[in-house]
Amino acid sequence: MGGSLSALLDGLDPLCGPLGLFRLFGPNSLMACGDAGWGDEIAFGVKVTISLALATVPVGLALGFLIALAAQSEDRLLRLAAGIYTTIFRGLPELLTLFIVYYGAQILLQSVLSSFGVEERVEINAFFAGMVALAVVFSSYSSEVLLSAFRAIPRGQYEAGDALGLRRHRTMRLIVLPQLIRIALPGLTNLWLILLKDTSYVSVVGLADIVRQTGIAARVSKEAFFFYFIACMLYLVLAMISSFGLGFVERWAKRSGVSR
Amino acid sequence: MSVISELIAPRPAPPAPRLRITAARIAGIVVLILWALLALGLVMTVINGWNQEKFLRYGPRYLHGLWVTISLVGLSVVLGALLSLPIAFARMSQNRLLNGLAYGYVYVFRSTPLLAQLFLIYYGLGSFKPQLESVGLWWFFREAWYCGLFSFVLNTAAYQAEILRGAIQSVPRGQHEGAAALGLSARVAFRKIILPQALIVALRPYGNELVLMMKGSAVVAIVTVYDLMGETRYAFSRTFDYQTYLWAAVFYLLMVEGLRQIWAVLEKRLTRHLKR
Repeated sequence: MGGSLSALLDGLDPLCGPLGLFRLFGPNSLMACGDAGWGDEIAFGVKVTISLALATVPVGLALGFLIALAAQSEDRLLRLAAGIYTTIFRGLPELLTLFIVYYGAQILLQSVLSSFGVEERVEINAFFAGMVALAVVFSSYSSEVLLSAFRAIPRGQYEAGDALGLRRHRTMRLIVLPQLIRIALPGLTNLWLILLKDTSYVSVVGLADIVRQTGIAARVSKEAFFFYFIACMLYLVLAMISSFGLGFVERWAKRSGVSR
Repeated sequence: MSVISELIAPRPAPPAPRLRITAARIAGIVVLILWALLALGLVMTVINGWNQEKFLRYGPRYLHGLWVTISLVGLSVVLGALLSLPIAFARMSQNRLLNGLAYGYVYVFRSTPLLAQLFLIYYGLGSFKPQLESVGLWWFFREAWYCGLFSFVLNTAAYQAEILRGAIQSVPRGQHEGAAALGLSARVAFRKIILPQALIVALRPYGNELVLMMKGSAVVAIVTVYDLMGETRYAFSRTFDYQTYLWAAVFYLLMVEGLRQIWAVLEKRLTRHLKR
């Protein structure tokens, strides 16, 4: 059962499968899948990039939602706390945030371990560090998008929820959130495309994403232009696919919107 | 019918509402305390790890890196603005071919990572050494700094072309018609009527682009340019001192916030005639 499923998945593999993109290059080219070329290594990089971006979004979105709630709260102190967060993480370069998270977590973990008497060299998972850094950056940008979406929802919607006798969180879930998603989707689509590009930074801390894998291939085969061109094209294809898909989602979300 | 026969006696003012302790307030205080602890921790790391020798050795290098970052970003934004002009006009032209080419340029450069573009130019074009030497361009593509500048110019030109196009197209049709009714030639109308209004619309996106470039410029550190990030990496690789990254963070935050403040003042000044 498991074998046939994985065989089916292999068959549908868009890059290295029987109908895959990399088959176009021919069996003995640099991009061949298998031992002859770099196709399978680069396909692995594509998978890592996509899974990193996909893993980042829910975390970043949840964090961003909380920060947007804090930023529009009536309490001054909470607003201030949220403001500090967005100012810091929108002002730092993504690369620096990544280094700070990567080395900071390493040093922190090391000191915690050594306080327990464990003297062992620890290495933080690059995927995890990348996910945290990108989620932090994503959340600070998405909080701005969500905040402006919150402001676009009139007070009357909340009052209508009160008038219907709904509790606070039911008003939020049934009335505000559906409209919020519809308003915020274009901004979030933009942020997703930016996130997809920002995942390239994790190659610097050694995660085997598209840039890293093509870089290795470029160094070994001495065909740097070809492989980095492939890397750019892969990102381009990912961006095209996601803007197509998200355009579909946007139309779906707008289906019941009032046409004005 | 009742008749009021006596005045209501004056009453004391209602009691001041007590400071309510809500969940939001508690959360705010807790998060602020966390921020304060973090700031304190950072200050303590700096004080405890203070090292005069390191400071004297790496301090000037940081300032040099700061200058490299600022000059690289400034130059690439200015050159990118020049390059964005023809792209924006091609994008607005009626000619299908020109329009398609400009659209393709903008689309490709906006949807691929700056890091991959930089690698493509620095390592990719570097593999064409003999050809470049024969054209006499090798001196340019040999230097990481020039390659960084080149890729930044190409990248920011794509973004700026979109900003410019959006701003020019946001000027209402009536302005064009008004200029035509006054008998102004298309060139004069563009320069004196359309462009000033468009640039005010474009002011904020230009500021954002400048900030994005400043943050994005950190990638040149990976191709061995000693900008602020490069000097930070150098210092970290020599000392393994976590402070190096904190100092870089402070510098970047100061730069970005300073730029934001300058832009806010600029915008306030330039749009004062639009205030009602």
